[in-house]
Formats: sequence, C-alpha cells, structure tokens
Amino acid sequence: MATLLTTGVKPGRKRPEMSLLPGVGKSGFWLYLIPGLALFTVIILVPLIWNIYLSFTSYRGIRPPEFIGLDNWTRLMGDERFWTSFANSAAMIVAMVVIPTALGLLIAAILFDLVAKKFGGKLASFLRATYYLPQILPVAIAAIVIGWILRPENGALNTVLEAVGLGSLARNWLGSPDTALLSIMVVLIWVQIGYPVVIFMAALSRVDPELYEAAELDGANWFQRFSAITISIIRPEMYVVVLTGTIAALKVFGPIYALTRGGPGDSTIVPSYYAYSEFFQSQQVGYGATIATALTIVVVALTIVFILAQNRSERLENER
Amino acid sequence: MSTTIAPVEPTAQKPSKPTKLPRQPKYLEKKPKKNFTDWLILVVVIGGAALVAIPFLIIVINSFKSPSDYANGGPLSFPTALYFDGVIDFWNRVNFPEKLWNSFFISGMVAILAVIISVFNAFAIGIGRVRGRVWVLVLFMVANTLPQEAMLYPLYFMFKAVGLYDNVWSVIIIFTVVQSAFGTYLLASVFGTFPKEVIEAASLDGASRWTILWRVIVPISRPTLSVLLIFFFIWTWNEFLIPLTFLVSNANQTVPVAITALQGDRLMDVTTTSASALLGLIPTLIFFLIFQRTLTRGITAGATK
Repeated sequence: MATLLTTGVKPGRKRPEMSLLPGVGKSGFWLYLIPGLALFTVIILVPLIWNIYLSFTSYRGIRPPEFIGLDNWTRLMGDERFWTSFANSAAMIVAMVVIPTALGLLIAAILFDLVAKKFGGKLASFLRATYYLPQILPVAIAAIVIGWILRPENGALNTVLEAVGLGSLARNWLGSPDTALLSIMVVLIWVQIGYPVVIFMAALSRVDPELYEAAELDGANWFQRFSAITISIIRPEMYVVVLTGTIAALKVFGPIYALTRGGPGDSTIVPSYYAYSEFFQSQQVGYGATIATALTIVVVALTIVFILAQNRSERLENER
Repeated sequence: MSTTIAPVEPTAQKPSKPTKLPRQPKYLEKKPKKNFTDWLILVVVIGGAALVAIPFLIIVINSFKSPSDYANGGPLSFPTALYFDGVIDFWNRVNFPEKLWNSFFISGMVAILAVIISVFNAFAIGIGRVRGRVWVLVLFMVANTLPQEAMLYPLYFMFKAVGLYDNVWSVIIIFTVVQSAFGTYLLASVFGTFPKEVIEAASLDGASRWTILWRVIVPISRPTLSVLLIFFFIWTWNEFLIPLTFLVSNANQTVPVAITALQGDRLMDVTTTSASALLGLIPTLIFFLIFQRTLTRGITAGATK
C-alpha cells in the first residue's frame, strides 16, 4: 500500500509514451490485459453496479427485484440502527487508527532511538516482532482468543480481577451493552498495534542522523527533535497507516460475527454486519444493498480525500 | 487481511519492511551510557510487548488442561498434567485435516493464479505502456479499497446461477481477482523501472514478447513475485466474509470459518474452546516463522535494484 500511494499515478511527471520494447507498436500489449480485465469486469464491476441497482429495489431474493425508487434510501436516512452502526464504526476507527497510530509512533521511536542504540538491535527487533505477532492472525481467530479471555464464567480476566481484589469489576464483558463495544475495541487494538510499529520503524531508518546531531547541537531536546524532524520525515507513512487503518475499520466484520453478532441489542452493530444480516438473515436484499452502497460511498470518498490531501502535502513539501 | 476489496485489509497491508537499525557512531560503539530513565522506558516497552504476548500464552497453557483442572486451578495456572483430549477432540470434531487442506488449496491456487494475472496486467501496463494505462491503474486502485459487501449479494446470485455456490472454486475465482488488483498495482510500478537495455538486447536477438516475458522479465523479477505469492497466500488464508458466505457445507469450509462456526456450541467445554483457538493460531504462526526471512530478503532484493 505504501507503494500503492506513493509510486502511483503522479500528475505532472513526464513518463515515456513508448513501450519499453523497441520497434514494435504497443497495440499487441492489450492482449495481455484481456484476462485480467475480463475477470475484473465479471467479479467486481458488474456486481458493484448490480448492487447499486438493487439499492433502488425491493428484493427478497426470490421474486425478481421490483424498482421502488429512493424508498430504501429515505428509510436508511431515518434508520436509527444504521446511524448506530456508523457511530460504532467511529469507535472502530479509534481502536484501529487513533490509538495504534499514537502508541505505534511512541513505541517505534523508543525501539529505534533508545532500545536499538543503547540495548542492542537484536532486542529491538525481537520486541518489534512481538508487537507484530497478532497482525498475522485471521481476525476472527484473534477475536476468539480475546473472547476466550473475556469469558463470563471463570474467564481469565475476571479471575485476575478477583485475585487482585477487584472482583467487583468482574462482569460479562461481551454480554453487557456497556462493555461489549469496548471489548471489541480491545480485540482491534491488539490486532492492529504492530502495524504502525513496523511501518514507522522502517520509516525512521530514513531519518538522517546528522539532522538529529545538528539539532542536538543547537540545543533541541528529544521531544523537539522528534516533533520537528521525525514527524515531518515519516509523514508519508503516517498517511498510509491512517488511510489503510480507517478503511479497514469501516469494514470490520469478523470480530463482530465471531463474538457478538451485533449485540447485545445493537450495541456492537457495524455497517458491514448490518448489511450481511439484511442479505442473509432478514432476506431484505434491497435494503442490505443500500447499506452496502452507503458504506462503499463513504469508503471511496475517504480514499479520495486522503489521496488528495497527501498529494497536496507532498507538493507543499516540494515547494518549500 | 482484509485486503482490498479485500487486500486492503489492515492485517493484510503490512508488508513488513526490513528496518535497518541505526549504526552507532564510532565514538559510541562501546557501551553507551544508560541512565535510570532509559531502563525505566525499557521496562515499559517490554511490559507492553508482554501484554501483547500474554493472550497467546494463556491460550497455549489452557489448551492442554482438562476441564476439571481448569475449574480447580483457574486460567492462569500451568496444567497439573498434560491433557491432549481437548485438542484431539476438536481436531476430530471439525475434521481439521480437511479444513487445513481446503484453506491450503484455496490460498495456494489464489496465490498462483493471482500472480499470473498480475504479471500479465503489469506486462501490458509497465512494459507495454498501453494507452489508457493510467485509468486501468486507477480502476484497480479503487477496487482495492471497496468493501466486499458491495459485491457480495450479486456474486452470491451469480455463483448460485452457474452452480459454483458452496464450491471452493467460487472463493478461488473471487480472490484471484481481488488479490491481482493489488498485485497489478505493485508490479506495474516495478516493471515500469525495468532496465531497458536487457529487454532491448533480448528483442534484438529476435525474442518474441511472450518469450521476453517468460524468459527475461519473470526470472529477473522473481524476488518480487515470490513476495507477492506469499502475501496473497497469507491474505487469502485469513479471509473471512467471502468464505463464510460461499462455503456453507462443512466439507468445504476454511480453517477460520470452521473454527468460528463452532464457537458457543454446547458441546464445547472451556478448554476445548481454548484448543480451537490454538488450532486457529498455529498455521499462521508457522507461516510467520517460515516466511519471515524470505519476506525480508525479497523486499530487500527489490529495494536494492
């Protein structure tokens, strides 16, 4: 994704119009795009447009869809459940973007600046790998692991709380409306924390130590150096982490399905689970398509905003 | 993870770049001074790492306890006697080898097919520089971010209509497309910087495009291709929503779906549930251990080109 955003289509840069193969026209190269584009059309483009169409229909999966204009969309705007699901998405963003990015920046800086320099690179690499470990799990399995610890009867967390005399805090973490969302957030923080640590540590190796030394000679303390030099140099990585994390947070599905199915009540419902349950449980396919389309619009709009913002900051950086 | 339509899943996107740790300036090379604050901060980051690691350890120790051992000793004690029935029981109940094979077959096929499609696309875009390539890339890039729900029901309908519903090939086809959208993007930029002289030389020797692709470009890009192959494999292994929707019968399920399906089953006692999580963890931990070096080597090779 880093490459995706940074080596992508850059406006204004001149690129050679000729193919890299001399002496042949480029028309023949189209042949190589045919399988890829054909599959892409069938698996992504057609379903996407079809789904948008379904959002304007009443369709229960049996009789053919019936066009009903904007009815689904007006219903959506007034649907409290839908707005709850987006509010919960905001909580997912806190858990997958805000907290991991802030903590990840701190951890990466400590590992890179302090641990690697004073205690050895091996220890720093080992700690980085440890933080990264939950990232490799299927997210539903990660949820089951944390869910097991949060079990209501004899669960590990409740047992620990009782052991240290905080037994009054023990509760049914996933089963009560006021802690279920928090529990899901813990799963996501645990899963996500290693991602910014790894990306930021790679980015920090780009920082020229001489810049630091110069700033140090000028009397800047660690925090001043960090905020003035480090942050501005690793900004591209921060864009990547925030963008990919936000998109992922909006799509969270596995942990919800594995642990709470949106409950208790609607306390942990998210748009993708809401759409899924409309499709396959309530058989309200038209309305499910509306939710899915709304989610898609938000995701695509966010992507465009982020990329424009990134290009703009790159331009400003270059002009400076 | 999640990536793009799928591939941009968070979990997915973390090609772990190798980090070069800073080399100390010469005058510092012997034992830099460590003061009290340094030690304190070290303790804090180690504590954080321990917090991340503890759930794994808890699952491991509890998977080898009998339910009565668990009831007596609680979740934090070590097992009084090693008890394998939980693991064996769950292994048999889900027919774990079958699920492993399904996951392995799906992920392997997707990885191979998606790399091939990516190579073709990137050859046309990066080497051939076909007209409209910018738009094709934009298309693939947007596709990378789409939520899978936006295609889910029509795909379900289509695969039912052609008789591939509840067939591993439905999932293989979908993820081949999804992963190759990301792969095309990445490879197109790699191929775009391919040394021109090499291709020209081959072309002067009379090699056709097809030959140049397979005899020159693919062998030289092998490090990048193997990294893509591994990423596609792991990302597909970790996928959840599409396999859950398309593989409804037990015999076709993947590892994450099969394990999730049995959570909350009344036959699952507490330590068997722990064992189920353990069986879900192990394959990905093994991939991590096997591929860690390959990944680093592959990316470094790509970076030094």
